[in-house]
Amino acid sequence: MESCNCIEPQWPADELLMKYQYISDFFIALAYFSIPLELIYFVKKSAVFPYRWVLVQFGAFIVLCGATHLINLWTFSMHSRTVAVVMTTSKVLTAVVSCATALMLVHIIPDLLSVKTRELFLKNKAAELDREMGLIRTQEETGRHVRMLTHEIRSTLDRHTILKTTLIELGRTLALEECALWMPTRTGLELQLSYTLRQQNPVGYTVPIQLPVINQVFSSNRAMKISPNCPVARLRPLQGKYMPGEVVAVRVPLLHLSNFQINDWPELSTKRYALMVLMLPSDSARQWHVHELELVEVVADQVAVALSHAAILEESMRARDLLMEQNIALDLARREAETAIRARNDFLAVMNHEMRTPMHAIIALSSLLQETELTPEQRLMVETILKSSNLLATLVNDVLDLSRLEDGSLQLELGTCNLHAVFREVLNLIKPIASVKKLMITLNLAPDLPEYAVGDEKRLMQTLLNVVGNAVKFSKEGSVSITAFVAKSESLRDSRAPDFFPVPSENHFYLRVQVKDSGAGINPQDVPKLFTKFAQNQTLATRNSGGSGLGLAICKRFVNLMEGHIWLESEGLGKGCTAIFIVKLGIPEHSNESKLAFGQKMSGHGQTNFPGLRVLVMDDNSVSRSVTKGLLVHLGCDVMTVSSSEECLRVISQEHQVIFMDVCMLGIDGYDVAVHIHEKFTRRHERPLIVALTGNTDKVTKENFMKVGMDGVILKPVSLEKMRSVLSDLLEHRILFEAM
Amino acid sequence: MDTVTQLQRQLVDYTNSLFLEGFLNEQFNQLQQLQDESNPDFVVEVVSLFFQDSERLLNELAKILEQKNIDFKKVDAHVHQLKGSSSSIGAQRVQRVCIAFRNSCEEKNIEGCQKCLQHVKYEYTHVKNKLETLFKLEQQVLAAGGTIPMY
Repeated sequence: MESCNCIEPQWPADELLMKYQYISDFFIALAYFSIPLELIYFVKKSAVFPYRWVLVQFGAFIVLCGATHLINLWTFSMHSRTVAVVMTTSKVLTAVVSCATALMLVHIIPDLLSVKTRELFLKNKAAELDREMGLIRTQEETGRHVRMLTHEIRSTLDRHTILKTTLIELGRTLALEECALWMPTRTGLELQLSYTLRQQNPVGYTVPIQLPVINQVFSSNRAMKISPNCPVARLRPLQGKYMPGEVVAVRVPLLHLSNFQINDWPELSTKRYALMVLMLPSDSARQWHVHELELVEVVADQVAVALSHAAILEESMRARDLLMEQNIALDLARREAETAIRARNDFLAVMNHEMRTPMHAIIALSSLLQETELTPEQRLMVETILKSSNLLATLVNDVLDLSRLEDGSLQLELGTCNLHAVFREVLNLIKPIASVKKLMITLNLAPDLPEYAVGDEKRLMQTLLNVVGNAVKFSKEGSVSITAFVAKSESLRDSRAPDFFPVPSENHFYLRVQVKDSGAGINPQDVPKLFTKFAQNQTLATRNSGGSGLGLAICKRFVNLMEGHIWLESEGLGKGCTAIFIVKLGIPEHSNESKLAFGQKMSGHGQTNFPGLRVLVMDDNSVSRSVTKGLLVHLGCDVMTVSSSEECLRVISQEHQVIFMDVCMLGIDGYDVAVHIHEKFTRRHERPLIVALTGNTDKVTKENFMKVGMDGVILKPVSLEKMRSVLSDLLEHRILFEAM
Repeated sequence: MDTVTQLQRQLVDYTNSLFLEGFLNEQFNQLQQLQDESNPDFVVEVVSLFFQDSERLLNELAKILEQKNIDFKKVDAHVHQLKGSSSSIGAQRVQRVCIAFRNSCEEKNIEGCQKCLQHVKYEYTHVKNKLETLFKLEQQVLAAGGTIPMY
């Protein structure tokens, strides 16, 4: 053989292997050609594929690989040079493309992978949104339910309807097996089953309110799950072996009217709660969802508001009924009162006369009896009778008058009255009581006081008597002094009487009377109470004094009727008291005056003159003796003077009516004389009145004088006025103990 | 008429001065009130009585206080009298000294008593002069045809 340019294939030993390689190549080429076709087909189908260029590359790579393998088929046998060249070209191309593709894939594969993760993420997001959507939907539904429930509840103001409706609607909305409301009992110690959904008439179960589970529910405004076994939840007998449904309890605040302030929602610090218990159907495996719990809470609040509205309405209805009842009762009471007043007036009109007549008889006859000859014992008895009957008369008069004063039916009976006589009579009346108590009464009437005035004499006397009587009543010892004068305009206005506006005029004058006593005094705080009816000032001194406490009230009314003012002044307890009143009196017409002018000289001021009064003056000091004599002579007396006690005893006789003894003389001459005079003249009306003139102001002296039976004591120096009033008092009352 | 008014004014001024200076007090007014038509010279009479009485008492007092053993009781009695008289006519200063005099008597203070006696004499003389002048003025007014004004 020769060597040729042909490439000899390696056939003989490996013919089988060759055959297999040949077949594999063929199939590989086939596959390689079909893969791009498939790719193209599917890419065409998909709308979005961002990597066309990569596909083309990949396709080229595969095609070339296939071509390479196909051409490889021809190289198994004898092939020409062309085939070899073609083979090499395709191999080179394939190498280039595959390298390019490999490089390209490095970029692409991470992208492809990330697409996958993004897809996963989006899927999760979608699931989440789905869930939330579901939630919102349920909430919206809940809201709808609540609105509807609220509307139902608030459309009624009846408590029962509200509660019943609540339970029904809740039961329907939440598909409950049982719903119950426990209300606190009146005592607040227990909860009572008041309303249930299924049972028509709940038996009155009660549970104590202090259970821990109940406390837990009450302590928060959330709806809480509670155990189905607790007492409040055990409403239905357990049926079968199934699990009871879950139970939720929520508190319902019960608000009171008093919790509501304006512009301020009441605090939920109220202690009273009702308990609402809701039970899911048993063996339904249903659970309480959050939105359901919220619904329950909202409903509970709404129920609270609705209940309080209902409560307010009930309250106002009740109040209105109460008012109507009261109205009727008041009307009835008024009519009864009117009837009573009428009856009383009738009674008074009759009793007025009947009661007073016997009283007057008693008083008058007792006074007369007093003037007759009596033993000291008898005199004491008569004086007591007189005192008691005076008090009784005063009481009767007080009560009768006050009732008339109250009605406003009292009118003053104006008339011309003798002022001096009024004062004297008051003094006469008070004298027995005063002398029993050994009180000294003095009366000072001002010189310019008109003798006659126009006014209600009886009422004026009554007022005066009451005031003086009080002064005597409340003084255990000491003195009472009565002063009366015409009030001048400056003294009319008193700071204590700001609403008293006296208007002096030509026809009227204001009489001012001051009664000062040395008694127990009054606490300044008690002064306003004194003029109220039946108010008594309870001190030891007064407890035995009797009296009804009406006196000052009546006086005040009388004084007011007389357009005046009355008040009391006291510096305090134990410091005595001064009662002052001012009344308006009319000035009598001139014709009256002239008629009485003659009488005035004789009987005004008590007495201006004591004509012919026989007086004995005993004084060892010539100067003072002549002064005293001069005084008495000026007053019209018939005066005899002696300068010693022996001379006095020698000279004294029945003719002398008064003896003025100057007891400044040292020694007990004065006392001796008095004693002697008493011995000499046993009968009271024969004995001259003994008056001591002294400069001594101590109590012991005064007591001594009274002990030896002196009728009066005057403090030196004696003015004309004093002598005048002393004499007139003396002669009127036969007693005079001047304030010391 | 002018002289009368003048004299009256003089009288009033003088009387007022006596009151202001404390020689006389309210009691003197009382005396004057007691003087009227039936008793026209009451004041003069009483005052003259006072002068007599006082002079007698003062002499007595001087005598007693000169003695060795002074009887204070008697002194007291006399001073008491003098006090009474002076207070009756309203001779205020004399009366006051008498009160002090009595205190000295109680204390049995010889020197005090003597001092008081001097004082009393002095005051008495003083008031005597004053009153005499007063009466002279009154006489002048009356002589001139006027009346004694009421105070």
